[in-house]
Amino acid sequence: MAKFKLIAPLAVALLLFGATQSFAAGGAALEHADIEPGNVASLQRGARNFMNYCSGCHSAQYVRFSTIGEDLELSDEQLSENLMFNAEKSFETINVSMPGAAAERWFGVAPPDLSLIGRAKGADYIYSFLKGFYIQDESPTGVDNTVLAGTSMPHVLWELQGYQQAVFTEHTEDGVTSQHFEGFETLTEGSLDAEAYDDFVRDTVNFLVYIAEPIRSERRTLGVWVLIYLIFFWIIAVMLKKQIWKDVK
Amino acid sequence: MTEDDADRIDRNRRHFLTVAAAVTGAVGAGFVAVPFLSSLKPSARAQALGAPVEVPLGSIQAGEMVRVLWRGKLVFVLRRSDTMLATLGEHADKLRDPNSEVVEQQPEYAANDTRSLRPEWLVVEGSCTHLGCAPLEDFQPRPVEGWGGGFFCPCHGSKFDLAGRVYKGVPAPSNLRIPPYRFVRDDLILIGQDSGVA
Amino acid sequence: MAKVEAEVGKRPEGVLGGLVKWIDDRFPMTETLEYHVTKYYAAKSFNWWYVFGVLAFVVLAIQLITGIFLTMNYKPSAEEAFASVEYIMRDVEWGWLIRYLHSTGASFFFIVVYLHMFRAMLYGSYKKPRELIWLIGMLIFFVLMAEAFAGYLLPWGQMSYWGAQVIISLFGAIPVVGDGIVEFIRGDYSISDITLNRFFALHVIALPLALIALVFVHIVALHEVGSNNPDGIEIKKRKGPDGVPLDGIAFHPYHTSKDLVAILIFLMIFSAVVFFAPEMGGYFLEHANFEPANLRATPEHIAPVWYFTPFYAILRAVPDKLWGFILFGLSVVLPVFLPWLDRSRVRSIRYRGWMYKSALTVFVITFLTLGWLGVQPAEGVYVLLARIFTVLYFAFFLLMPYYTKIDKTKPVPERVVYHG
Repeated sequence: MAKFKLIAPLAVALLLFGATQSFAAGGAALEHADIEPGNVASLQRGARNFMNYCSGCHSAQYVRFSTIGEDLELSDEQLSENLMFNAEKSFETINVSMPGAAAERWFGVAPPDLSLIGRAKGADYIYSFLKGFYIQDESPTGVDNTVLAGTSMPHVLWELQGYQQAVFTEHTEDGVTSQHFEGFETLTEGSLDAEAYDDFVRDTVNFLVYIAEPIRSERRTLGVWVLIYLIFFWIIAVMLKKQIWKDVK
Repeated sequence: MTEDDADRIDRNRRHFLTVAAAVTGAVGAGFVAVPFLSSLKPSARAQALGAPVEVPLGSIQAGEMVRVLWRGKLVFVLRRSDTMLATLGEHADKLRDPNSEVVEQQPEYAANDTRSLRPEWLVVEGSCTHLGCAPLEDFQPRPVEGWGGGFFCPCHGSKFDLAGRVYKGVPAPSNLRIPPYRFVRDDLILIGQDSGVA
Repeated sequence: MAKVEAEVGKRPEGVLGGLVKWIDDRFPMTETLEYHVTKYYAAKSFNWWYVFGVLAFVVLAIQLITGIFLTMNYKPSAEEAFASVEYIMRDVEWGWLIRYLHSTGASFFFIVVYLHMFRAMLYGSYKKPRELIWLIGMLIFFVLMAEAFAGYLLPWGQMSYWGAQVIISLFGAIPVVGDGIVEFIRGDYSISDITLNRFFALHVIALPLALIALVFVHIVALHEVGSNNPDGIEIKKRKGPDGVPLDGIAFHPYHTSKDLVAILIFLMIFSAVVFFAPEMGGYFLEHANFEPANLRATPEHIAPVWYFTPFYAILRAVPDKLWGFILFGLSVVLPVFLPWLDRSRVRSIRYRGWMYKSALTVFVITFLTLGWLGVQPAEGVYVLLARIFTVLYFAFFLLMPYYTKIDKTKPVPERVVYHG
């Protein structure tokens, strides 16, 4: 059928184009985060990480604790003891205590709300960002980032990762000198080794991707049933059509 | 098989398939209607905003009343004094529904003489059952007029006693509504949620 | 065939029959149903290119219904719009599904409409006496583009804001009145809450009403003349003793039963996207739009939504603001003139010569390539490619009077080609 011939390759082509867009602003390639959306334990750890390290400055204003409790299989007690530092009721959203105006004065820009960052930037970007802090003496926070150069965010996770140095080589082409990022060199050790830090960041990114669209797994499950129903209906419709068209010569 | 037989089989098969398709389609339409109609139900935010409200009782004096909002509705919490409780039964003959027989107006545990879980505390919706105005406090008894104290609605003159029961001869048809509520502690009630036990 | 139709056309008996007669005495119900459905005859040789009209109708219904339910919860103000969309996605029961149906429906509307228009180019469905159907259809296309453009501002994301900023500023290219027009469209000195509110009114009321009215008129015009077919011959020229075209079959139950199959296949593909890939790699729901509009920070790549990109590529290909705008406008408007640009005596591509077949093939490649170029950054080899394909796009239309006239056509059959 002509429709399949046209739409299917078109859809595939569109998907492929979308997949090619995983490059950071600075041109450095992004590391693949390899998150497991269905891994509840990872999401629970990510939730803990987010509340302990991120929620001091970043809100997730569209996310309710009760939603997290339901999807991450946490009881009300577990929620209030481990995740709800400022909130009293589980239906409340993840708000931040830092006033926005003060934040702008202190950091130059208010820390953005993170409810949708998983969909706006994608897992790979956030993963690489949290792994991409390096020492930069001229910066007000003492660090810069390979994914977002000039970021106002300090290296919040320095105790876990330690500090690293970024190695750049200079390339001159047509009289234009540019810095090419080669890799990182460890300066100081953190409390987690490299693999453990990667896991920590991966869990956090997993959580951020989850809160960007909590309904994701339910939508995919429902989709299977919808397709099954439509295939069933389609079979009947084909038989009906053939029967009615029998007397068309 | 004759041509007529073949026709009949064709027609029956066509009829069967048409019915099958129609039924499948109707079932599908029913399933599709569910999300759209469900979206009209109170959302998570409405439920959050409509959550039960806590009212601490410690600072309320005898004879004093506080007003709180629950689900956008005004609720009165009155700490009845001993005198108030004493006069409660006196004007039963003047009341339209002294025994709270209209069950929609209160939960089971408030279908008693004081229309409350505990006699001292009246928890009642501040919405006149006539057309919804907020009744005013009128707790001072005026024995000359035969008024034992209660609530007076300024809109059309309806009168209610200190348990929210409506008087005869006024436009309001029924007693003031008692919302679901429970005692979390002796000095704390939760309006909007009862313990689930009668 | 007569047996099936006789059963379909039978008057109902009993109480139902009485009710039908009561209505028919006061309203042309049965008459209308017969004229437009049960006694509307279209060629038995319709192929799958002919389903896109009814599919467009299905998508319109989906957009209208989901749109109504979205409007119940959406807030059309700059402060609340973005948050209200997240409210729908998270707090409203099944809100996420209604939203995805609407966003996916918007993209599928254009897929279906482009394929629907392409059918007309394949089989000459715009040629006399069907020019008016084509003109109304082009009007529907323009209104649809305006509807999609207005709708895209409503989520008030980064791409909503900046995409609208760029496209509305285009009108500033018009000499003398340009800046005045831009301010008039915006209702303010820059895109603001005021612009959002009026685009909401256009998107929810004005344009849908126009769309529904135009679709109605489109179908009436079609039924006046009768449908074309893949062979491009007039089936009304050969009728049987009962006045029914020999190559025609009643719309109901033949084409309706076939359309049901097509609709279900369409819904399968549509549902696969809604439930498994609603973002479609960032083409149906753009990544930048998950950030609220920030008037101080422009996203790195501003591109219109994918269905506008062929025309956007043409706009960018021209190194002059005014001429870019003119050619952009022309590229959208030029297809209107197809009924008069096409000088072939033959309607269907089946009987045309190699010139038209080649031209149409090049046109398809051009349209798709321009679309792809529209999402690339305007630098390097992409600029050259965009210019080449812009020339090819215009050549298809502007040279058409010439190559369709001299094209060597094949003899057109008397009866439709149908293999059962």
